[in-house]
Amino acid sequence: MTDEQDSRSSQPVPPILPNSLAALAPETVAPSPAVAPSVIRDFLNKRGGGSLADNSFAAVMLLCALSIFAIVLFIFGILVLHSRLSLAAFGWKFFARQAWDPVSGDFGALPFIWGTLATSLLALCMAVPLALGVAIFLTELCPRPLRAPISFLTELLAAIPSVVYGLWAVFVLVPIMRDQLGPFLLKFFGWTGLFDGANFGVGLLTASIILAIMILPIISSLTRDIMTAVPNSQREAVLALGATRWEMIRIGVLRNSRIGIVGAVMLGLGRALGETMAVTMVIGNHPNIGKSLFAPANTLASVIAGEFSEATSDIYLSALIEIGLALFLVTIVVNAIARLMVWAVTRNAPARVH
Amino acid sequence: MDFTSKSMRINNARRTGANYLVSGLSILATIIVILPLIAILFYLVYKGASSLNLAFFTHIPAPVGQEGGGMANAIVGSGIVLLVASLLGIPVGIAAGVYLAEFGRGKALGTAVRFTADVLNGVPSIVMGISIYSLIVIQQKHFSALAGGIALAIMMVPTITRTTEEMLATVPHAIREAALGLGVPKWRTAVSVSLRTASPGIITGCMLAFARVAGETAPLLFTALGNQFWSFKLNEPIAALPLQIYVYAISPYDEWHRLAWAGSLVLIVMIMVSVTLVRIFANRGVLKGGS
Repeated sequence: MTDEQDSRSSQPVPPILPNSLAALAPETVAPSPAVAPSVIRDFLNKRGGGSLADNSFAAVMLLCALSIFAIVLFIFGILVLHSRLSLAAFGWKFFARQAWDPVSGDFGALPFIWGTLATSLLALCMAVPLALGVAIFLTELCPRPLRAPISFLTELLAAIPSVVYGLWAVFVLVPIMRDQLGPFLLKFFGWTGLFDGANFGVGLLTASIILAIMILPIISSLTRDIMTAVPNSQREAVLALGATRWEMIRIGVLRNSRIGIVGAVMLGLGRALGETMAVTMVIGNHPNIGKSLFAPANTLASVIAGEFSEATSDIYLSALIEIGLALFLVTIVVNAIARLMVWAVTRNAPARVH
Repeated sequence: MDFTSKSMRINNARRTGANYLVSGLSILATIIVILPLIAILFYLVYKGASSLNLAFFTHIPAPVGQEGGGMANAIVGSGIVLLVASLLGIPVGIAAGVYLAEFGRGKALGTAVRFTADVLNGVPSIVMGISIYSLIVIQQKHFSALAGGIALAIMMVPTITRTTEEMLATVPHAIREAALGLGVPKWRTAVSVSLRTASPGIITGCMLAFARVAGETAPLLFTALGNQFWSFKLNEPIAALPLQIYVYAISPYDEWHRLAWAGSLVLIVMIMVSVTLVRIFANRGVLKGGS
């Protein structure tokens, strides 16, 4: 006991007073409405050992945790507040109209919804097979010494800022698109009608390619987590039945993690929906709905980035903020569904820092 | 004797073929994924290194048409905005993480906060930018570094919360129980025992959030705005490296393109150093061994 006292403090513990002995005989203690004065409790409170310190610390931590709710509510509230002009003028039809004429004050967000959906879905089509392939390779096929460097490289892809991707896309991808890839696609796939129109290099396809490069690391990293969360007993059971390696992956791993992989893909979709800088630089910035993949277009995020500083009238600014509100709500819903799916599969797996 | 029938042999050949095909496809996929990364890095180093000189780090941008100039004000400005963001975001994030790990385990509120933090991580950064614009810039009627710092801080908070919570969850319960058994108050257990044990992991989480936020342009577009000159005040528009890269990249001047490449190289090197340090520190610190 003396060791404990020595290790905890250099102050002597005050002697236990006879008053506390009275507490051992309940019938002699007068019932007090508030906390009875106690030297021990005062001592503990002074040294930060009482319930006051504990409760106030817990309260401060709780306040900081509630700040996350506060951030979400604040963003929602302020976006609704500043888009009320546009909400009043156009109502819900705003998202079904095809106009975008700042001069006459006529706004409609349909071209941007089209641009966002087209680029995101195209990017998903390109990125998901590749991400699945990388995940399968890294979890099942890769020799152990190679695993760390290659997974490090794929995570490095996620660390590159969006504006650097945009810079590379403008100076490398756009010329390739314009001079080599575009004519190639036109020659072999022009019959589909997807490659009509002039090819300037910037457009839907270029934006989709750079988006695919950007969402690949997220999908592959999450898919890897999900695949490693499948217990080894499943793999061994399938192998014991005489399956080849691919059959083991297909039956033992992929079938068990289907929901999680869908969740990972949706998270990639959520990222693609909100990606701004790289898309703004290569999409051509023209509110246009068309079938051609070479045509310039605009997405919800890129119209905000491109035209926010030029919004002269209040209704223009309000329309842009309403687009921001729509983007906020859509990404929240997509991310919430995706996180639920991923959580359902990885619930009992060890945590990993993303 | 061979007991396989002809159909069995054909089937086996088909299965083996499919196996090799898929292995080949996944190796191909990995190569296709690594290629753009190496292409981007190689091109970046090639174009950026040729324009990196001392003037880049010491001079502010020169007028259009003049040679030379640099991005010194953007580098310093980025540092100032990130400092404001870290001072605001890191304490709140760590505190929220401590709540989730120490006080909120198993409670519905804890689950709700965790879920909301994950969802908030996926909100586009431009939405954060225009909300802070609507809140602060419109009220103050001018752009400011402070607004930019706040926009980056609210992006850092959910990331740091989640990583702090996950790092604190790896601290073995035995350590906490030992401290509580010795009479250490609960708050001091959380601070001096749990946080200290998980501190390398928490620091790496903060560095990850810092690296992610250092490259963000969209929140700064309408809050910090950018500045062609030196600026150290929090109440004025300030230059930032990613912002400057964006403006120069879409400009029509070759000189500015060159500066954009150099700036990208500096940004990438900064971020890669942080990510590599995260990797090195990720396996240290938390008590190994049985709990």
